[in-house]
Amino acid sequence: MGGLAYFSSGSGNTARFVDRLGLPSVRLPLRGDAEPPRMTAPFVLICPTYADGQGRGAVAKPVIRFLNVEANRRLLRGVIAAGNRNFGETFAMAGQVVARKCNVPVLYRFELAGTDTDIARVRDGLTKFWGTECLTPA
Amino acid sequence: MKDTPFTRPVPRAINWNRLQDDKDLEIWNRLTANFWLPEKVPLSNDIQSWSQLTEAEQTLTIRVFTGLTLLDTIQNTVGAPALMPDAVTPHEEAVLTNIAFMEAVHARSYSSVFSTLCQTAQVDEAFRWSAENEHLQAKSRLILDEYDATSNPLRKKIASVFLESFLFYSGFYLPMHWSSRARLTNTADLIRLIIRDEAIHGYYIGYKFQRALERLPEAERTELKDFAFALIFDLYDIEARYTEQLYDPLGLTEDVKAFLHYNANKALQNLGFESLFPEEACRVNPAIMAALSPGSDENHDFFSGSGSSYVIGKTVATEDDDWDF
Repeated sequence: MGGLAYFSSGSGNTARFVDRLGLPSVRLPLRGDAEPPRMTAPFVLICPTYADGQGRGAVAKPVIRFLNVEANRRLLRGVIAAGNRNFGETFAMAGQVVARKCNVPVLYRFELAGTDTDIARVRDGLTKFWGTECLTPA
Repeated sequence: MKDTPFTRPVPRAINWNRLQDDKDLEIWNRLTANFWLPEKVPLSNDIQSWSQLTEAEQTLTIRVFTGLTLLDTIQNTVGAPALMPDAVTPHEEAVLTNIAFMEAVHARSYSSVFSTLCQTAQVDEAFRWSAENEHLQAKSRLILDEYDATSNPLRKKIASVFLESFLFYSGFYLPMHWSSRARLTNTADLIRLIIRDEAIHGYYIGYKFQRALERLPEAERTELKDFAFALIFDLYDIEARYTEQLYDPLGLTEDVKAFLHYNANKALQNLGFESLFPEEACRVNPAIMAALSPGSDENHDFFSGSGSSYVIGKTVATEDDDWDF
């Protein structure tokens, strides 16, 4: 199974989701000016959405900084995005932005800290996904 | 007065270039970028649609909107100002002034809907109804009791998050329902702007709650969590009765309740707590979910097995200076 990297701000929603997933993971730093970690194996990114009404600023700065590292980007295989449906069209938009930028699929979307169903689907989904990983374009 | 040895703290100017909490600026930017006024929404395009509602449907809609107006009025004049003395940074105070003002805009926008679509007599009757409705008054009282200046700062935040993230939804359901049937679609656009704002308010106040909670000893944390769950139980009881009273005639009560459960869980998540209602109780009618976030489900994701493995959104804003590629 491949790795997981995630960003969660002080609200802790994404961190609670990843905690319940119970899979090994790397947490990105809270601040955009901190040095991003270097990934060494293929991984999936989980990140929340911070868009305004026009969709600007959807991806958190530390996530951008992390993906600006070409070596990290090369190992990224998919993105799971969190959000809130109350934001209408921009729900989980960070997933779309990262997918387009990095040419990887949006694997899943969930709200806030997720539900038990979300946890089960992501666990199953990741297991199957890594089973076919050799088929997915790098 | 000369005799009282009162020493005023040195008045300090707010410096937005020295932040104690980055979240304050993040939320300030998001709220100000999302600023809107009801004049921006072409409500008069709903006049024909309004005339096609039955009289009972019109009465229900106006009543629901006066109920929402009451909550916005409370949050504007009491709720958000009551949080200000507990603010831990000057920037938090500034964000709260924005929240207070936007609640006034929300309260004002329901009156724009009324003046565009309704007869004055109908509206006056509904305002009388809201002043006399036992359930509406009961939930207002429960919240206002916590906003009292003597209340614990964290209990105030819990009440505030429940108002922002839970109590509005028995009302928000109706315009989403009409919108899913292509009725009052411009009014629904306006409500979606309100929903977007309330989501940020609930998130931010919940975040500040979590920061303050983590500094408390275990016993106090447990006490506050018990208080939060007890309060949402009490509020839910009232909401369930309010929902039955309003929606039974249309046969929508069970549908609304699923929406209430779903939103109660989200309100608890904003406070960093686990869900209260089991998922089976939170299966919201897909038409309502689609009305809430139109367009967002045209993009399917990989794990949901919808066939398309790749999300192609409409143009999304990716132009952020920080991207290097």
